[in-house]
Amino acid sequence: MNNKTRPNEWYVSNFEKFESKLNGQSESFVHTIRKDAINRLNEMEFPTTRDEEWKYTNVAPLLKNDFLPTYSFENPKINSEDLRKYIFENFECDILVFVNGLFNDELSKVGKLPSGAVVDSLNNVIKNNPDLIKDKFNTLTKVQNAFNALNNAYGVDGAVIFIPDGIILERPIQLVYLGGNGTDKVLSLPRNLIIAGKNAQAKILANYAGYGDVPYFTNTVTEIFADESAIIDYYKTQHENTNSYHIDRTDINQKGKSVFSHTAFSFGGLLVRSDINSELEGEFMECNYYGLNLARENQHVDTHTFVDHAKPNCQSNELYKTILDDKARGVFSGKIMVRQDAQKTNAYQSNKAVLLSKTATIDSKPQLEIYADDVKCSHGATVGSLDEEAYMYIRSRGIPDDLAKSMLIRAFANDVVDNVKIEEVKEQLNHLIFEHLQRVEITDISKY
Amino acid sequence: MTDEMKIIDDVTQSDYKYGWNTKIDADEAPKGLNEDIIRFISAKKNEPDWMTEWRLKAYKHWLSLEEPSWAHVKYPKIDFQNIRYYSAPKKKPQLDSMDEVDPELLDTFEKLGIPLEEQKRLAGVAVDAVFDSVSVATTFKETLKEQGIIFSSISEAIKDHPDLIKKYLGSVVPYTDNYYASLNAAVFSDGSFVYIPKGVRCPMELSTYFRINAMDTGQFERTLIIAEDDSYVSYLEGCTAPMRDTNQLHAAVVELVALDNAEIKYSTVQNWFPGDKEGKGGIYNFVTKRGACRGKNSKISWTQVETGSAITWKYPSCILQGDNSIGEFYSVAVTNNYQQADTGTKMVHIGKNTKSTIISKGISAGRSNNSYRGLVKVGKNADGARNFSQCDSMLMGDRCGAHTFPYLEIDNDNATVEHEATTSKVGEDQIFYLQQRGLSEEDAINLIVNGFCKEVFNELPMEFAVEAQKLLAISLEGSVG
Repeated sequence: MNNKTRPNEWYVSNFEKFESKLNGQSESFVHTIRKDAINRLNEMEFPTTRDEEWKYTNVAPLLKNDFLPTYSFENPKINSEDLRKYIFENFECDILVFVNGLFNDELSKVGKLPSGAVVDSLNNVIKNNPDLIKDKFNTLTKVQNAFNALNNAYGVDGAVIFIPDGIILERPIQLVYLGGNGTDKVLSLPRNLIIAGKNAQAKILANYAGYGDVPYFTNTVTEIFADESAIIDYYKTQHENTNSYHIDRTDINQKGKSVFSHTAFSFGGLLVRSDINSELEGEFMECNYYGLNLARENQHVDTHTFVDHAKPNCQSNELYKTILDDKARGVFSGKIMVRQDAQKTNAYQSNKAVLLSKTATIDSKPQLEIYADDVKCSHGATVGSLDEEAYMYIRSRGIPDDLAKSMLIRAFANDVVDNVKIEEVKEQLNHLIFEHLQRVEITDISKY
Repeated sequence: MTDEMKIIDDVTQSDYKYGWNTKIDADEAPKGLNEDIIRFISAKKNEPDWMTEWRLKAYKHWLSLEEPSWAHVKYPKIDFQNIRYYSAPKKKPQLDSMDEVDPELLDTFEKLGIPLEEQKRLAGVAVDAVFDSVSVATTFKETLKEQGIIFSSISEAIKDHPDLIKKYLGSVVPYTDNYYASLNAAVFSDGSFVYIPKGVRCPMELSTYFRINAMDTGQFERTLIIAEDDSYVSYLEGCTAPMRDTNQLHAAVVELVALDNAEIKYSTVQNWFPGDKEGKGGIYNFVTKRGACRGKNSKISWTQVETGSAITWKYPSCILQGDNSIGEFYSVAVTNNYQQADTGTKMVHIGKNTKSTIISKGISAGRSNNSYRGLVKVGKNADGARNFSQCDSMLMGDRCGAHTFPYLEIDNDNATVEHEATTSKVGEDQIFYLQQRGLSEEDAINLIVNGFCKEVFNELPMEFAVEAQKLLAISLEGSVG
């Protein structure tokens, strides 16, 4: 292949210029990781549909663009009034705001935290207290593809949440990531690290949103460590603008008796790909994945999950729902691995899709790979249109067509929305579902 | 070692009961593969030129392909030049009665428990016995002839019915389809050909017993079944093979064509030599089976019981082209010791209101790996398509693996697709319950396993269901722990 045509070339050739703007950060331990990543990026190719893991997702349209890396464009000026458009409101929370991967101190607001707890930007932590994260940072996420390498090489900031042993964070933490500057095709590369000590508890809401209509590319990596008996609820909402690209990789490591839940909502983005991988490295723990993917027009939403049961007596649950309209395409691939030692594993996975139009497409690949005999594992996948009998029943009660359909959509989505433990966020999510699908809103389901 | 484990061991250690070697002089080609070998095979079989050309085209295409590696199986690289591509018993008599058959051959069938005479009399089954690569005896031909049914070896069909062969051979599985299908097209030795004319319901179950016999001979059968409008046929295929030390390659191709309102039922019991307890030897079974439901309301049903072979790599598929056509797949796959199986189906919905059902039961024991891999594809125009898939796996022992890799690709909002899979071991409480009723642990396990597979066995024709249960007992009997 001619080197000029490789999409990697743009990023590799710009690296030196980028490096010179890094100032203090080039001294830190992160810099070795960065150097290593750019070399890897130079060696490897971006995935194509010939890779089994990317069979249904073609990233060629994304790679046609040369996105500007951090420090080579102007970030938009946003005040706290503007910010309200993008965040979940009406509940008490600590907020960290990142604009195109850079921490915005003025918009962020962190209240008093229990002693030892840290909710800060990665840059600040590297400057002030690098030892806090040194032994964890970049240990979970190995560079598996060129997107990970790109994040490692160019990502400069992100959220760090550190919860010491036995600490419970009362207030949820909202991480807001704004992408785009309204004029240039820019890169947003947040790099996040969440470390929860023994018996620690927290609720974290990662909120990805878009600024302006110009396409941009969010390529984010999140590492989450949940130590023994920790309870972590992680919510992710994604409403990038609909001509932008969103690639997310989240790696989770769980220790004994911990409970981790990942609940994801995907609304925006032209091409969205999320990889969620869990290592269950201990006994008696629970790992829950829930997800709702909505797509319309020519959106493409792809979710890949991998749950790796290495030790006995653990439980994992997965429920992914997809609603597709117009020409949208949905992809789901879930793999449950049960290794030889992982006896008494219970693993469940379910993937349900509703197609609202003739031209929508779904590809689903639920997989089990099992090497232990005393296990209960199952997966199910269903694809169909909205339940005709239920629709008929509702219509026969005199409810108009659009409202009837919305009711069924709301009911379908509710299994996932219900897993959000912050009431105020739930209602706002419901609103987003109907806003995004451009359908009549059902506000309070108990009324019907 | 717990009692449970001991029983599993006892059972899984039972030796392959069908291992012996018939002494018949074979007319063999030298080892290796090149254009000359293909011409040799073609000449040996007195094939017309167009057939030779077709084989050569396939061979050339095969050379351009790479051996696939995506299946969840591991094996040493096959040396395709170290295989003998043609071997036939020297006598090739066209027989009408059993007396003319080589007595040693008859003896072999006797050992297998399928004497031709017996079957002829008791079951009313016409048997086209393929011994190694060439059909030796064909029975019941006369009865079938009256109805206009053609049931012969494919070599004979190439000579006698060139029009049908030209029209249908390679129309479902083209020689470009995949690596092993190309290889098969180039070197296929023999196989069965069935043609059911319009409106005929085949009065008996058609059956072929294949045996791989001569040392180091890959067997490449080619089967073609055509069911014209409003016809019905049920075809049985069963296999046992003698003990061997070196691996034998088996790459068959089966093509089914069902036209308007036709129905084809294809049942397989496969019990080739799986290799010994150390995983040495055994057959490599790389098969391409595909049926095309071309006509309206047509139906193709695959039923398979796979207990043998060191490596199985097989996906009997249905292309549901005709409106309202139906595809079914029922499978029991058992692996033990070091066996590996990667098997499943493809259901491709193209026509309107097409339906498919997939029931797959995988049982793994010993150090084996058993994978289900399947595809359900619903095309843009397949309005009202309906699929139901169920894949259950059972593990017996803690050194084996059971895997499920389903692919669902849906392009139509009007389709309903359901997939379910479970993996579990035989329930301790179930065993306990049965033992409490006075059954031995082994019997209890047997009963549960048989229950687990019942849905599939029910689909087999009577004659086969019995054999299938015996096979299950031999290869697994109580392999659940």
